[in-house]
Amino acid sequence: MAIATDAGSVPGAPIADAQRVFVASQWQLMWWRFRKHRLAVASGIVVAGFYLVVLGADFLAYSDPLASEAQRSLMPPQPIRWFHDGRLRPHVYGFKGARDPLTFKRVYQPDPGQKIPVRFFAQGFEYRFLGLIPTSRHLVGVDPGRDASVTLFLLGTDVQGRDLWSRLMYGTRISLTIGLLGVGLSLVLGVVLGGFSGFYGGAIDTVIQRVIEILRSIPTIPLWMGLAAALPRDWSILQVYFAITIIISLLGWTELARVIRGRFLALREEDFVVSARLVGCSQMRTIFVHMVPSFMSHIIAAATLALPAMIISETALSFLGLGLRPPAISWGVLLQQAQNVQTVAISPWLMIPAIPVIVAVMAFNFLGDGLRDAADPYGR
Amino acid sequence: MLAYIGRRALLAVFTVWAISVLSFVIIQLPPGDYVSSYIAQMASMGSVVSDEEAQNLRIQYGLGQPIYVQYWKWMKQIAEGNFGFSMEWRRPVTEVIGERLWLTVVVAVAALLLTWVLALPIGIYSAVRQYSLGDYLATFIGFIGLAVPNFLLALVLLYLGFTLFDAHIGGLFSPELQDAPWSLARAWDLCKHLPIPALILGLAGTAQQIRIMRANLLDELRRPYVVTARSKGLSEPRVIVKYPVRMALNPFASTIGYTLPFIVSGSIIVSLVLGLPTVGPLLLRALISQDMFLAGTIVLLLGVMTVIGTLISDILLVWIDPRIRLEDT
Repeated sequence: MAIATDAGSVPGAPIADAQRVFVASQWQLMWWRFRKHRLAVASGIVVAGFYLVVLGADFLAYSDPLASEAQRSLMPPQPIRWFHDGRLRPHVYGFKGARDPLTFKRVYQPDPGQKIPVRFFAQGFEYRFLGLIPTSRHLVGVDPGRDASVTLFLLGTDVQGRDLWSRLMYGTRISLTIGLLGVGLSLVLGVVLGGFSGFYGGAIDTVIQRVIEILRSIPTIPLWMGLAAALPRDWSILQVYFAITIIISLLGWTELARVIRGRFLALREEDFVVSARLVGCSQMRTIFVHMVPSFMSHIIAAATLALPAMIISETALSFLGLGLRPPAISWGVLLQQAQNVQTVAISPWLMIPAIPVIVAVMAFNFLGDGLRDAADPYGR
Repeated sequence: MLAYIGRRALLAVFTVWAISVLSFVIIQLPPGDYVSSYIAQMASMGSVVSDEEAQNLRIQYGLGQPIYVQYWKWMKQIAEGNFGFSMEWRRPVTEVIGERLWLTVVVAVAALLLTWVLALPIGIYSAVRQYSLGDYLATFIGFIGLAVPNFLLALVLLYLGFTLFDAHIGGLFSPELQDAPWSLARAWDLCKHLPIPALILGLAGTAQQIRIMRANLLDELRRPYVVTARSKGLSEPRVIVKYPVRMALNPFASTIGYTLPFIVSGSIIVSLVLGLPTVGPLLLRALISQDMFLAGTIVLLLGVMTVIGTLISDILLVWIDPRIRLEDT
């Protein structure tokens, strides 16, 4: 259906177009079909944007995510004002800090008199761009040094006076790579176990299917909590990071295994698989040369759909204080500060890290849906 | 039919066994054995555990013996109703958990019921009035429900309630009835507090069920028997409710098995945000202070209850769907 409309939708050269469809490769057909799913394409762009942030987190951040200062605790966001006197002069207003005479809390008032110019490609802390090139340029920044009151906090600061924007950039890096690694691990388990199950069938299939059913009927969060709480307190950030990834994927592989088993079952009796077997291909060759390429796209789609669950799991665990622990930064760690309603009511910007979680989960879901529809360009 | 229920029951037994092993692993994971932690805990409070008492405890839990012996002893004690001793609370685990377990069940069941009550009519409406404004609205809310993790939803609602209405929407009881003994007033108070947690917990499930119901019903509505029913002159509501809805209900019912673990999982973390007196906050505290018998017991009980719930839903499914009843292989 989609192929026919795709070919016929362009008036003028229907024959050439039809031929284009006949000679197109499988991936070409998938791309054509995927392109028609507008929402999925837009989501794909959003996802790509997220991973650009992952790559360039230190460039997009403008202050050290761990640098804390009690003097600047819970400062509200400073929105960028683009124009001054009708000309493009990006700046933010400075803040006047004072103590509330009644509650003795620090309150901040924006001070329109003090305009702090925002510079692009400004100098900041040193880092290695992409882990290779040493530099100290950042996307935005203010002239450093001159005056302690000259600050830039695009999204405000947290209780310890750390810049939320910069922390969000670094948090994105950790949260999204943990999701990716977790899906990678689940994929290995899913392909091996789902593959065995679907290719061999029989007793192996029954056992693996029952194991999957059992795993799926257990509430996962209590189990994750139990396992995560047992991680030694003195482990380094990196060790905890990998341990959490493993814990999350240990229970997350079942859905992937189910999809892969389904594909194996569907393909096992296909003519081209039977003929591959008949001409004497080894089992390995049958699986990896003939079968896997034909459902590679399904695996990619299923993996994309599995990512949101991974992201939510990590966020939930870290939110509870059982996942990644400070000084590591992830979306969940950032949201920990929003646990207390009273704090959030006074400083609502602490809830900002919830936005990327929701946007990322939605984008991955839509992208996965589009990929799944495109994964089988010959169908329907 | 009996064969089917028997198969499900057997699988349930296996699942319970797997959960008990996992809970035991969680109890065993922290370094050091139970008795040493117990002695250390007592010492930190200024009391001394006599060698004799320590020795008795070691024998009771089979410490120092192979791991499977320890597991066996743990299971045997549970069969006798002894879930161990909570170090932090210095009371038997059963006493600490008390009514929290039942409140967890109440919240989970309320969420499940709400899922059904909302998803069924909305799903039917979405399918019958495909591409209408209501359908798009349901789809939109559905996507929100799927994309927003429930603890974030709880956080946002809590924040909105706090800033807009100056009301604290958390908890399951009004403060004055918090520790009161059960009475009609307290039960009514619970009912009044239930909808918000149930809605937060049930939203993701509802979203999923609406999509399933809509897709199934759309498939069924195109079947020839619907045309036949219409051409025979049946009224439209009757045409839809009598046959296609009944057909579409089957996959709907079979997903409870996956919805229930999801809701129970979610209830742990939502309880923490909303401050519900369920086992959720207890579990987190127990894990952080390494009160392992309490933590292990909670994981075990949550798992077992989920399995029982799933089994009940399986039996319900047989009752709804005659095809399974007759399959009998």
